[in-house]
Amino acid sequence: MFKDYNPSDKKTFQVMNEEGKIVNKQHMPEITPERLLKAYKDMLFARTADLMTVSYQRQGRIYTYPPNYGQEAIAGAAGAIMRDQDWMVPAFREMGAMLAKGVTLKELFLYFMGNEEGSNFKNAKNVLPISVPIASQYVHATGIGYSIKYKKENSVVYAFVGDGGTSEGDFHEAVNFAGVWRVPVIFIIQNNQYGISTPVKVQTASESLAIKSIAYGVKGIRVDGNDFLAMYKALRESADICSKGEGPVLIEAVTYRKGAHTTSDDPTKYRTKEEEESWDIKDPLKRLKSYLIKEKLWSEKMEEELLPQYKQEIDRQFVEAENFGEYKAEDVFMHHYAETPDDLKEQLSQYNRFLQWRETRIKNEAKK
Amino acid sequence: MKIMNMVNALNDALDIKLADDKSVVVYGEDVGVEGGVFRVTEGLQQKYGVERVFDSPLAESGIVGSAVGMAVSGLRPVVEMQFCGFIYPAFNQIISHASRMRNRSRGKYETPIVIRMPYGGGINALEHHSESMESIFGHIPGLKVVVPSTPHDAKGMMISAIESNDTILFMEPKRIYRAIKQEVQEGKYTIPLGKANVLSPGSDVTVVAYGAMVREVQRAMVMAKEQGISVELIDLRSIYPIDKETIAKSVKKTGRVITVTEGPRTYGVASEISQIAVEEAFLHLEAPPARVTGFDTIVPLPKGEYHYMQDPYKILYEIERIVKY
Ligand SMILES: Cc1ncc(C[n+]2csc(CCOP(=O)(O)OP(=O)(O)O)c2C)c(N)n1
Ligand SMILES: [Mg+2]
Repeated sequence: MFKDYNPSDKKTFQVMNEEGKIVNKQHMPEITPERLLKAYKDMLFARTADLMTVSYQRQGRIYTYPPNYGQEAIAGAAGAIMRDQDWMVPAFREMGAMLAKGVTLKELFLYFMGNEEGSNFKNAKNVLPISVPIASQYVHATGIGYSIKYKKENSVVYAFVGDGGTSEGDFHEAVNFAGVWRVPVIFIIQNNQYGISTPVKVQTASESLAIKSIAYGVKGIRVDGNDFLAMYKALRESADICSKGEGPVLIEAVTYRKGAHTTSDDPTKYRTKEEEESWDIKDPLKRLKSYLIKEKLWSEKMEEELLPQYKQEIDRQFVEAENFGEYKAEDVFMHHYAETPDDLKEQLSQYNRFLQWRETRIKNEAKK
Repeated sequence: MKIMNMVNALNDALDIKLADDKSVVVYGEDVGVEGGVFRVTEGLQQKYGVERVFDSPLAESGIVGSAVGMAVSGLRPVVEMQFCGFIYPAFNQIISHASRMRNRSRGKYETPIVIRMPYGGGINALEHHSESMESIFGHIPGLKVVVPSTPHDAKGMMISAIESNDTILFMEPKRIYRAIKQEVQEGKYTIPLGKANVLSPGSDVTVVAYGAMVREVQRAMVMAKEQGISVELIDLRSIYPIDKETIAKSVKKTGRVITVTEGPRTYGVASEISQIAVEEAFLHLEAPPARVTGFDTIVPLPKGEYHYMQDPYKILYEIERIVKY
């Protein structure tokens, strides 16, 4: 497949067209109907959670949030393939993959409510916290790849970045190092066409993002990122390549961010309604759903029955996060060092003395 | 005169300099079409064209490094770091080149660059969007670091910064980008960089602050006044060069000094001001110089940020303590 879709040939790998019809039988991935259906349901869950998160934000119940809407097939496919022992190195727009790795919605909600505890994934193995400085996490993925190779582990790293992120030096250093070291890392670029307001053509003069793989001597492919089956197949094969010690691999997943950059962004400033609507028919969930319905694996009715359950579960986890409890002064000082230096302990005591003083003062003010 | 907030005032300054100097170019992430995520550069691309006001690829090192190249070859770049937490990829270009080029070339090359950067907390932001790390920049030889606290100052200081032949880190207190409105003089005027401003005279204690902290001090002053404590408030305005003269003069008068900063305590701006007080006004001191600063911790995410941030009570606590000392 990597031979058939060499990035210099300007082709984009697709298995299923916009109507959910298989157009590339030769590359249809091996996937059981049960697995495929589960993947769809997981994507549906992630989308529902994502949309609800945006409305929680509108209600003032969480802070800034970067919506995933329209990009779910990428995280969904990675989520369907990653194993417990694999590593996930996220950016910040791949909720479905994090959930698949065992991160809970409650944790993600806590994080977006502004509590560090939301990055302490209690039951998820090998998932790094969300990384806000663009592309900086990419070099970590390469380092984890080195550890895996050094310890001869059976594990693969799944690293995420956006199209904008490919302009940062860290992106290039990460892929270059990984190429030199031949480490098992799958570099996934979510090309959603924009970095905030900046279109891809302002990021690079390259024909594609996938073509950058050639310069670093690593395998690369451009995939229709809204086609779950294509993403699944590309990731499956990449994982096999990595497991054979022939990694790394670079995947450009072409998609579209249907929502705003974050809840503080206004896309009407930099893109047209027509452009947004032109991506509606390519919607990743609609496409997979059409396929599943044709295969008699799914129906609108089943979806209607499932959605209220999902919403209830999402809301349950949200309320749990809301009731997480008070953020104490001690929480600010924890986890900076293996052992907290005395000076830092003293700063906490000073602060506690101040809090006592303030309490008394405010009480006295109230009396007056 | 025109009523403006700091965003309008900065925009006005950029507009004025783009109009009167063809060598000025403005660029960075999302500054062109969108006009910046805080809208400081709004409308400028439409007015001056994409050759002079433009979106760059997403790479801070590329932004500042290319600005060094433009500057040594005759342009005056004004570049934006989208948030304070994202300047670090550019740190190498700042500390290794922008701040050293003049010295390295023994004056043959200079780097008239303005690096604009919103900074500071209190806005319930994501990780890396709330820091105040001015000390680490103030520590770099060859770099100037300034912080306005009002729309009027922001405009005059920005015009001075663009006209300066040095590299200037222009830190914009984003918490008060829109919170303070005032009458701002129309047309061009400058405010000299490196000069502090005595905002209100007082006799019992000097409080030095800058950026968004000035407003917090003003609130604390109201409470202090009720207790008969008279505060002299100095807006530092420039982290480097630092206006020793104004600080020394004030401390000699009041005998007490408190510095209020958002950044971490150790090796901070407050330590520097305390040292100035000791060196320049030792015999006048009636209490050890004090400081109200962030903890030596990472800025907490919004749920815990109020513990970290300075507020009028924290400042008042220190004012009372030092006056009673
Ligand atoms: C180093 C750095 N610079 C700037 C930013 C501000 N910022 C946050 S997201 C973003 C755009 C990212 O675009 P892209 O990589 O395409 O990812 P997307 O948001 O589209 O998923 C920018 C500039 C940042 N987070 N980190
Ligand atoms: Mg993008």
